[in-house]
Amino acid sequence: MRALVLALVLLATPAAVSPVVAPAWAVIDPREMLPDPEQEQRARTIGKELRCLVCQNQSIDDSNAGLAQDLRRIVRERVTAGDSNDQVIAFVTDRYGDYVRLTPPFNAATAALWVSPVLVLALGGLAVFGFYRRRQVIDAPAPLTEEERARLARLSAE
Amino acid sequence: MTRRQVMFALPALATLGAAGGFYAMLSGMRSGSFDPRGVPSALIGRSVPGFDLAALPGSNKPGLASRDIIAAAAQRPVLVNFFASWCVPCLVEHPHLMRLAAEGVPVFGINYHSGSQTDPGAVAWLRRHGDPFLRIGIDLTGRVAVDFGVYGVPETYIIDRQGVVRWRMAGPITPEILDEQVRPLLRRLA
Repeated sequence: MRALVLALVLLATPAAVSPVVAPAWAVIDPREMLPDPEQEQRARTIGKELRCLVCQNQSIDDSNAGLAQDLRRIVRERVTAGDSNDQVIAFVTDRYGDYVRLTPPFNAATAALWVSPVLVLALGGLAVFGFYRRRQVIDAPAPLTEEERARLARLSAE
Repeated sequence: MTRRQVMFALPALATLGAAGGFYAMLSGMRSGSFDPRGVPSALIGRSVPGFDLAALPGSNKPGLASRDIIAAAAQRPVLVNFFASWCVPCLVEHPHLMRLAAEGVPVFGINYHSGSQTDPGAVAWLRRHGDPFLRIGIDLTGRVAVDFGVYGVPETYIIDRQGVVRWRMAGPITPEILDEQVRPLLRRLA
């Protein structure tokens, strides 16, 4: 029991501590930050949506690459200029294509990407459904005989 | 065909199909026609982005603006090359740019800076290895590079006579790419 409690406490700790620790993990130089905390927060949200193209699977917010730094600065320029989050993302997508977005939009080129997990899950579901239905048919008990039914009636009457 | 035969054939066909696909990918990677990390540039088919860059100090070459590219491209297709002296692949492709320039192909250079990376050695590098560029712009903030959709150096664009970007190469121009892509395209666009 004590071990369980300890384990739960340990599990909960990172979640409790992370808001305090998070700024230390971020690669963003304080000099890059916007003076307005609300705008800075928006820039962070946008940055998490944009791929650092030279590191491929990191967002520009997580990367120290020069290009990521340039893109962070441009995102902040656009935010300060009054662009909405979508406008900023469109600005970058216009130059780098959909690949720059870590959540790709649904279109003809990405349809297979979005649809395939759903399709595979549906196929798996169908297979499981078919398997159980057939087993039920096989395992269905034989109907009661006349004798058994009479006995059941007698037992339930008691 | 019985149900049993179908169930047997299906996995075999799927495996064969996958094998064919992998073969095509691998042979494409070997010949250079397929790059799994290559992403088409968003700029292909669009006009050169507008910009006006100052000259690279000490290079004795004028700066570069988009109007210079458009004016030169009206005569014959041009190359725009992003480079930096610290970039090793740039040195690999450099002889090919020198050869193209010697053949009279207009080659424009943009000295690439990104993040806090500067390039104080650019002029010395050009002096040492040769300068193929008609004009050289210095992109101190990396902003023009982002407008071009540059990933990193070297990166080269071919612009046709209407000022439209027709081709992009992220990475060094190799002899194969020069012969199979660059030269045929320059001939076609001439």
